[in-house]
Amino acid sequence: MDVFSLAAETLVTPIVLSFVLGLFAALVRSDLSIPEAVAKGMSLYLLFAIGFKGGVSLADHGIDLTLGLTLLTGIILSAAIPLIAYVILRALSGLSALDAAAVAGHYGSISIVTFVAASSVLESRGIPYDGYMVAVAAAMEAPAILSALWLVTRSKGGGKMEPGLWREIMLNGSIVLLIGAFLIGMITGEEGLKEIAPLVIAPFKGVLCLFLLDMGIIAGRGLRKGRGVLDAGALAFGIIMPLLGSLLGLGAAVLLGLPLGSALLLMVLSASASYIAVPAAMRVALPEANPSIYLTLSLGVTFPFNLVIGIPLYLALASAVIGG
Amino acid sequence: MQTHKAKRVVITIEKIMLSRLTDAIEKADVSGYSILPVFGGSGRSGPWTREDNIGRGDGMVQVICIIKPERLDTLLDSAFEVVDRHIGVVTISDCEVLRAERF
Repeated sequence: MDVFSLAAETLVTPIVLSFVLGLFAALVRSDLSIPEAVAKGMSLYLLFAIGFKGGVSLADHGIDLTLGLTLLTGIILSAAIPLIAYVILRALSGLSALDAAAVAGHYGSISIVTFVAASSVLESRGIPYDGYMVAVAAAMEAPAILSALWLVTRSKGGGKMEPGLWREIMLNGSIVLLIGAFLIGMITGEEGLKEIAPLVIAPFKGVLCLFLLDMGIIAGRGLRKGRGVLDAGALAFGIIMPLLGSLLGLGAAVLLGLPLGSALLLMVLSASASYIAVPAAMRVALPEANPSIYLTLSLGVTFPFNLVIGIPLYLALASAVIGG
Repeated sequence: MQTHKAKRVVITIEKIMLSRLTDAIEKADVSGYSILPVFGGSGRSGPWTREDNIGRGDGMVQVICIIKPERLDTLLDSAFEVVDRHIGVVTISDCEVLRAERF
């Protein structure tokens, strides 16, 4: 698959163009905005729909050893990527050990929106993927936070994982909804999907467009405000780390023998950075770390990169290595 | 009309810390407080608004307590354990209330 033609095809889609529109609106200081409650509603809808469809797909294919191994691999990747990210960030940028550890934690965790966008690209191209990848996404949210806190404790102390924070991370609304919808889909299967298909299938891409319009606005505002916060090395990290993460994901996918669609999703999960769950955890556990740095990097640099360039690039790479 | 002296404590803190703060306030035997959303503002990191937020941990809230002056130190000690390392502002001002038995 030619990476350039694939990139061009993926770029000219309503999903990516909606994101670009939001980005543009924020950068030119337009007052375009999506009301907070509408954005929250759309995120609930997308989480429910992706979780439900994943559960239905698993019900169709059944549970096997690959599922367990992929889950375990996802957890290992999530815990290991921050350690690699930390070393690269310290070498490339002038960030303090504390800020570098906080940023590293974001890159081990995942962006569910990038995952949804990638699964949407797969569906558009008729490439199947395993439904259990939704569960892998959920499993990869938290281990990175522990790695980031370990990095801080090791370097100077200060990061602590209080019991309440652990509960908040594991039971945050997004995870509960995603896993809950996944279980509902798994239990009710195709019959359940038929009943609610007009809700979870037909409007999905349209809602995703509007949601990405909002994400574009937020990313653009973050970029505008974060100007001057990041040095050239940190900016380079925001591009290099997802590329490296995707390669780690691809290597793991090859070892696991995953098909093309699931391999792409594991690459995207490894390449993406969190901007919801991990920032919240960092504000509690590492309040001295600068949120402008980790939010600008994960939301302002890596998220747009993955959405616009990363996904087609990873798909071309996975196609070349795995075939399909 | 008869009024009574009281202290008004306003704590502006990150939303993610809210439940920890209200737990600390209740631990100090203060059962009455109000929570207000903060729509935006400007601080050391520059201006921000609620519209820029995507996560549950983003944004700020204000917790307002009105208490008897003799309970102020207990409340502040308890609240400080929570807000010490975090961004935010704690202000204390004098005020008067009509029904002292409620505070």
